[in-house]
Amino acid sequence: MPVESVWPRLEPLLPKVRKPVQYVGGELNAQLKEWDAADVRWCLMYPDAYEVGLPNQGVMILYEVLNEQPDVLAERTYSVWPDLEALMREHGISQFTVEGHRPVSAFDAFGISFSTELGYTNFLVALELAGIPLQSRDRTGEHPLVIAGGHAAFNPEPIADFLDAVVLGDGEQAVLGITEVLRVAKSGGWDREQTLLELARRQLAYVPRFYDVDYAADGRIARIARSRSDVPRRPSKHTVTNLDAWPYPKQPLVPLAESVHERMSVEIFRGCTRGCRFCQAGMITRPVRERSITGIGEMVAAGLAATGYEEVGLLSLSSADHSEIGEIAKGLADRYEGTQTSLSLPSTRVDAFNITLAEEFSRGGRRSGLTFAPEGGSERLRKVINKTVTEDDLIKTVTTAYAAGWTAVKLYFMCGLPTETDEDVLQIAQLAKSVIRAGRVATGRRDIRCTVSIGGFVPKPHTPFQWASQLAAEETDRRLQLLRDAIGRDRSIGYRYHDGKPGIIEGLLSRGDRRVSAVIAEVVRLGGRFDGWSEYFSYDRWMEAAEAVGIDVDWYTTRERTRSEVLPWDHLDSGLDEEWLWSDWQEALDEREIDDCRWSPCFDCGVCPTMGTTIEIGPTGRTLLPLSPS
Amino acid sequence: MVARVRLRFAKRGRLRFTSHRDVARAFERAIRRAGIPMAYSSGFTPHPRISWAGAAPTGAASEAEYVELGLAELRDPDHLARDLDAALAPGIDVIEAVLAVAGTGKLAERLDVSVWELVLHGIDDDQLRPALDSLLAATTAPVERLTKDGRRTIDVRGPLVSALIVSESGGGSEAPARVSAGGATASCAILKVVVQQTTPVVRPDDVVAALTAVASCPAPISSLVTRMAQGRLMEDGSILDPLTADRDAGRVVSSSVASQER
Repeated sequence: MPVESVWPRLEPLLPKVRKPVQYVGGELNAQLKEWDAADVRWCLMYPDAYEVGLPNQGVMILYEVLNEQPDVLAERTYSVWPDLEALMREHGISQFTVEGHRPVSAFDAFGISFSTELGYTNFLVALELAGIPLQSRDRTGEHPLVIAGGHAAFNPEPIADFLDAVVLGDGEQAVLGITEVLRVAKSGGWDREQTLLELARRQLAYVPRFYDVDYAADGRIARIARSRSDVPRRPSKHTVTNLDAWPYPKQPLVPLAESVHERMSVEIFRGCTRGCRFCQAGMITRPVRERSITGIGEMVAAGLAATGYEEVGLLSLSSADHSEIGEIAKGLADRYEGTQTSLSLPSTRVDAFNITLAEEFSRGGRRSGLTFAPEGGSERLRKVINKTVTEDDLIKTVTTAYAAGWTAVKLYFMCGLPTETDEDVLQIAQLAKSVIRAGRVATGRRDIRCTVSIGGFVPKPHTPFQWASQLAAEETDRRLQLLRDAIGRDRSIGYRYHDGKPGIIEGLLSRGDRRVSAVIAEVVRLGGRFDGWSEYFSYDRWMEAAEAVGIDVDWYTTRERTRSEVLPWDHLDSGLDEEWLWSDWQEALDEREIDDCRWSPCFDCGVCPTMGTTIEIGPTGRTLLPLSPS
Repeated sequence: MVARVRLRFAKRGRLRFTSHRDVARAFERAIRRAGIPMAYSSGFTPHPRISWAGAAPTGAASEAEYVELGLAELRDPDHLARDLDAALAPGIDVIEAVLAVAGTGKLAERLDVSVWELVLHGIDDDQLRPALDSLLAATTAPVERLTKDGRRTIDVRGPLVSALIVSESGGGSEAPARVSAGGATASCAILKVVVQQTTPVVRPDDVVAALTAVASCPAPISSLVTRMAQGRLMEDGSILDPLTADRDAGRVVSSSVASQER
């Protein structure tokens, strides 16, 4: 049965809203398939504004993987801003996809990618606008299966009641497996429960309704247990291996509207074993799996031809760590020299080698700023977080950078890391001053700049810091003020900071359990949306909502957990051995560092044996040949 | 730069919601995908040489937008138009390309007036006609517009060259689909206006505002506006196609004229 497009009713409303182009679709490489020709239909959502959601690689990859299947259709939807939301409610227009302007409720599966917990309120607003009941229990066969993925879904418990299923880890193969189940379920006329059971049994997804949570009298979790024996005791994450076999996106989406990333991205490897203890991404994406130098070269060439972008970003959690990054940088710089194509490398480690890379990437172009992330202000604290950078390294690196023509360096830090004292934070000011001094000596110039950017640390599930106490917002703000005073009136040092309040809400949602869902629903009821945007985020509204539903925010955030406590995500298997996580937490407190398993013996984090994976790295010894002119 | 190509293009359907910046970005990317040999500006961040001549506002469709491209190598304008159109999103459609001929003057200076078609939903000709008559009879018609710098008053009457109701007996055959926000088919009036390009420019919604505020026409539920033409207003009231000068001169001078360009 064809589904009616909301476009004729939406179109007259668009002149009344800000940036209407974000709601019209029309992206280059978007696909609009015939509704009736598809057996299984997915709606994919990134729960933030179009300009943020469109460039998301995860959604783009799944969109293409699904649409490559001849009888599968995938469309996308993003959060609508409150101006359009109000008009949609007034005129009874449903949450819609941007390709076909089809109502989200008409699809078989509604997949939402959560990079951050701050998208939870937008997710609930989308369900409301789609006319899909918020609670999984209230949905029927008419409604899509609501499926979450993304990094935040590694603890989906605060939104578990709103979800039918959760995919942990890499989504490429999982969505195809789920599609197969949906195909069979639709033709067999299965009911919702039966379909979800099949997803759980086949280890495709975690289905929260098949797991019960009991609470002890003191409020802690007493037990999380499956409610039936035919589902896995611990649903586990998916890991895609051999990245060269998954060269997605092949045809990256190019929006008409301006987005936050005006470039094409190629993921050069997945996973990271640097072992930074605060970093959830590094912990849950193990092991490292590299794309080969030739695979990268092919993706860059195909992607540029398909998009017309003039910048390529080489994406990963720590791009300079690719085993052949030097050859990749040189090969690409040679290939695209003189073509007005620029290359960029996000996330750089404090390492002089990066300057060589950065020089290669900026060949003939402008050298404005370089960014490094020491994260901790003192060497002691950097040992706690396992970010092994000495002050000497940093000074050497920035000296090289300034000498090579860069005039500004940006340094990222966190405030509120475990064991942090005022002294640790104050050392950030000292470090910045040393950086300026070194830059002036290296260049003989006065106009050297350094920007310190700092935000509050939020302990995350599946990391060694999952047991840690989060620093209270007031204390974070006090330390940030202390640092500001220490930097003082030095005009060459810029200071950017995020106050402690949003971090507390992120902390509540990161380490929350199923009881926290009531707070989220209440915040939405009170008008909360777009929590990642400072102009929309309201700490007071969150605190008011928590109070209203009887949730003690401090208990979830600033309270340190003990070894024996059952954590809300304990039944979800990221592959990391809990014993290892705990011992790494203890090592952190002892200020002991740990090496990277790519170039030192395995330290038994547990991921490879549990998941049946191995590290996949080069060098391959291959090189990038010049592209023959077409 | 060895040659300049002047293009006429359209902004149609849902792509009328693109802003000028959106269109400019789409062109830059399409130019790269189509492999058009652009001339670049010099400097640290070289930009392709693209000159825009007046852009239709966000939300307005257009059949007559103009842009000039500076080329590093000579290309056949028809081929270039076809390649570029194929690389652009459907809805941004290249209609014609001509090689710029030296001595014919600047493109922007040939765009004196715009012809707009306004499809006004929710009002009919009988409501529109008296309002239009009193607007045309007035000597000034000030309307307020919200700009970045706050409210400012614009006179609509001065730049309004002519206005004609073209929706007699229920509208012309080429009238676009008429659906109101409620989804129901509603009455609708179609107005064709010729407006001089002044600074600040009078936009079609300013004309609608003048009709409702100054000439007490009921406000339309929604309106769909399309720029039908741009050009120079001739004495007989016709509009001179801005590409005519290059087209005519191009016929006289051989195609190697491009090499004489700077």
